[in-house]
Amino acid sequence: MKLELQINGEAAAVEAGLHDTLLTVLRDQLQLNAAKRGCNQGVCGVCTVNVDGWPARACLSLAHGCEGAQVRTLEGLNDTPRMQALQRAFTEAGAFQCGFCTPGMLVAAEALLAREPAPDAAAVKQALSGNLCRCTGYLKIVEAVLAAAAVLRQEAAA
Amino acid sequence: MSHFVQAVGASIPQLDSDEKVTGRAQYIADLWRPGMLHAAIVQSPHAHARIRGYDLQAALALPGVRAIVTGDDLDERHRMGAFIKDEPGFAKGKVRYVGEIVAAVAADTEAIARAAARLVRVDYEVLPAVTDPEAALQPGAPLVHDDAASYVKVFDAGTQGNVCSRTRLSEGDAAAAWAQCDVIVERRYQTQAQAHLSLEPCGALAEVDAQGRITLWSANQSVFRVQANVCESLGLPMTRLRCQTPRVGAGFGNKMEAHVQPVLVRLAMKARRTVRLILSREEDFETVRARHPFVIRMKTGAKRDGTLLAREVELILDGGAYGDDSPGVLGYALLMNVGPYNIPHVDAHGQVAYTHKMRFGAFRGFGVPQVTFASEQQIDEIAQQLGLDPIELRRRNLKTGNDPWFCGQQVASNGLTPCLAMVEHASGWQAARAARATRGAQGDKRIGYGVATSAHIGGLLASGAIVRMLEDGSVLLNTGAVDIGQGSNTVLTQICAEALQIAPEQVAIASPDTDGSPYNWGTTASRVTYVAGRSVVQAAAEVEKKLKQHASEMLECAVEDLELRAGGRVGLKGVPGRELPFAAISGRAHWAAGGPIIGSHSWVFDQKTVDPKRAVATGLPFQQIGIFSFTALVVEVEVDTLTGKVRVPRAWSAVDVGRAINPQLVTGQIEGAFVQGLGFALTEEMVWDGAKLANPTLMDYKIPTFAELPEVLKAYIVESHEPTGPFGAKSVGEIGMNAVAAAIANGVADAVGVRIDRLPMSGERVLQALQQAGVAA
Repeated sequence: MKLELQINGEAAAVEAGLHDTLLTVLRDQLQLNAAKRGCNQGVCGVCTVNVDGWPARACLSLAHGCEGAQVRTLEGLNDTPRMQALQRAFTEAGAFQCGFCTPGMLVAAEALLAREPAPDAAAVKQALSGNLCRCTGYLKIVEAVLAAAAVLRQEAAA
Repeated sequence: MSHFVQAVGASIPQLDSDEKVTGRAQYIADLWRPGMLHAAIVQSPHAHARIRGYDLQAALALPGVRAIVTGDDLDERHRMGAFIKDEPGFAKGKVRYVGEIVAAVAADTEAIARAAARLVRVDYEVLPAVTDPEAALQPGAPLVHDDAASYVKVFDAGTQGNVCSRTRLSEGDAAAAWAQCDVIVERRYQTQAQAHLSLEPCGALAEVDAQGRITLWSANQSVFRVQANVCESLGLPMTRLRCQTPRVGAGFGNKMEAHVQPVLVRLAMKARRTVRLILSREEDFETVRARHPFVIRMKTGAKRDGTLLAREVELILDGGAYGDDSPGVLGYALLMNVGPYNIPHVDAHGQVAYTHKMRFGAFRGFGVPQVTFASEQQIDEIAQQLGLDPIELRRRNLKTGNDPWFCGQQVASNGLTPCLAMVEHASGWQAARAARATRGAQGDKRIGYGVATSAHIGGLLASGAIVRMLEDGSVLLNTGAVDIGQGSNTVLTQICAEALQIAPEQVAIASPDTDGSPYNWGTTASRVTYVAGRSVVQAAAEVEKKLKQHASEMLECAVEDLELRAGGRVGLKGVPGRELPFAAISGRAHWAAGGPIIGSHSWVFDQKTVDPKRAVATGLPFQQIGIFSFTALVVEVEVDTLTGKVRVPRAWSAVDVGRAINPQLVTGQIEGAFVQGLGFALTEEMVWDGAKLANPTLMDYKIPTFAELPEVLKAYIVESHEPTGPFGAKSVGEIGMNAVAAAIANGVADAVGVRIDRLPMSGERVLQALQQAGVAA
């Protein structure tokens, strides 16, 4: 079945069966590979994308259910100042090792900072609690998100 | 020319940071080749059955199916195994665990491949199975292998019946020493199967060229072990197979030996097409490998003054259906069972049992987290019985200075004493224990403090490095070591830059490739910084020598009068302006004289583990193991006496790494290992329902999340400067995991006075122990 989705600000014409997920369409048809497949069950969060401003599990979202929604993947957020601040902070803090969870982690963190520019550590942990990381032990990720938020607040004040 | 900054000791970001934060890093499931087919596996529903035949008609009839491989495509004579050659590339003749790969399908799409896999019919004759390791060792138990003794082995394994391997290490005379002990602690402990849970599931992509030569990309920890395993199990000459690696989404041990590579290569050969296979999370859980469940019988004795005198330990490891790394884990766990203490009389022995379960193999810690859980609790119990502070008792028995390890290996650098002092001081140990209190409205949450120490090696086997100077004076480094995310590419680049006194940006590192890289056994045994790092230093030294040779001819002076200068120059000692940039020298070498400058080095770790004058060893699977790193850990533990739930609000972990080449990557290893240890201690457990894994999903298997992260988690680096290490470095990959479960168990005992002898310390298990002890209603 043909379907038109709004992906990263552009219309994308795709073929999708009723049971095909957004993740399958993104990875297999659009070659948008930043979102990963980790559990295909909505638990690990490595497939997290932004749907209408909120982090969503691409592996649990049916492609047809996203018709009319604004879908943003990490590829589509790369050029925004908020994402770039997070990317710099993740790099400087060493907030990733293997990097497999990083795209999902960044998309979830960006959605948090869009809503809440001054989160505390507890709010960061809460917002990212659906994203698993097996390498870092999470500490440097919390530090990175807090550091990015501080930089963005400074830039906004300047 | 960029300016030289000191490369070693700098927390530079990982070299592939930009790739990883923009989503452009390519892992195996992101690779794609023209005309690529997709594969799906067929798994065994039985724990033990003879395969009578296959009916592939319905599956082959499905449009889009291109090839199917079964055990009929394997040759009986070819088997793989790191220590015992007992494993076919996938099931041949028999299945030996639920979930074992019995066939694979290649088709135009993954959906078609999966549909066809469901249509493959296998005719099984179901046989009796044994899934408990102690039962497997009883006479009359169903045999996992009909004639295990006949397999090729790389050491004296003692394989017989369901005994996969057996090992004994002893020093002194433990049997006679018990009479001199004033206090003796003896218990049985059990540890669980833990899943590695790299967030990237295993997968591989194989391409066959017109000559029949195969290129294989896969999620792996060693392109060379992939090559060896595939070639051994399929009977291919190693020249037929080239192995490469994309970015790897972590390993922790499960991507070191083979997973789907043999079946995928066989499938690609049969299809004569490029084929990719990516496991689902459930398949990855069921078919790859996991941490060994241990049964530990341990006994420790001490004098009244706290001097540890004797230890006896017996280990039974559940090895699963194939040997894999099990003999190594057993031998290493026995070698490390004593921990970093001087105990004169030790008798350590054990067996690996074959069972009808998935393989158990290498997992961060390699058996040490299991034995440390037992050993460090016994040392705490002795302190308690003698009325000594747990840290004080440890201090009286610690290995210090050059005290040799159990069985006699010399230790050149030991920073354990400062590690222990660091965590004692940082945690406010004395005051905290004196003031430990309760929390919660009814005082139902009890606080306790636990300490544990441990050690780990970094080392083993062969590695090499090739350092090539390019025409413009920049450097290409090639070691064959796979960076699985921990940052070894960055660390090895820093070592190379430091050795040649250039900026890290002047060095590029090649991706591992069995066609072009020097041999590296693998990213395992916490070894890359130390073992590959030493190769890099030596290869760079050869480049330095050749640079100076050229420069001496160009500047018309003696080689001995020349020095490397920061920023990529060779200069005449004492004459500041008299110097040549690397580009000028390398240009001459490429175009005029001598040939391009290449430095190379390879070596095998060769320090003996056992000193025959001190110790008796039987069935030790390795003769040379590695150099020792040390750790001390203090945790604050909160036990909810109403639910049994254990929480760790604060933790302090110190590791002697010799020298931190990149301190931020080092603390990343310590923190990550701590949290993985938290999962091992408290929540993670693979559970079997009969012979079938009952929780092969992330929904039912709980790894730590942000919510479990302690409010305070401090990682401390101690630098003891290992004289044999590259710029003094030792290892850090695994050690941070070793003491976690033990320290938490000691904290639980401190909080509520109950000893937990079984992992994980789930709420249910702790509550039951509290009820038995009368602490909870």
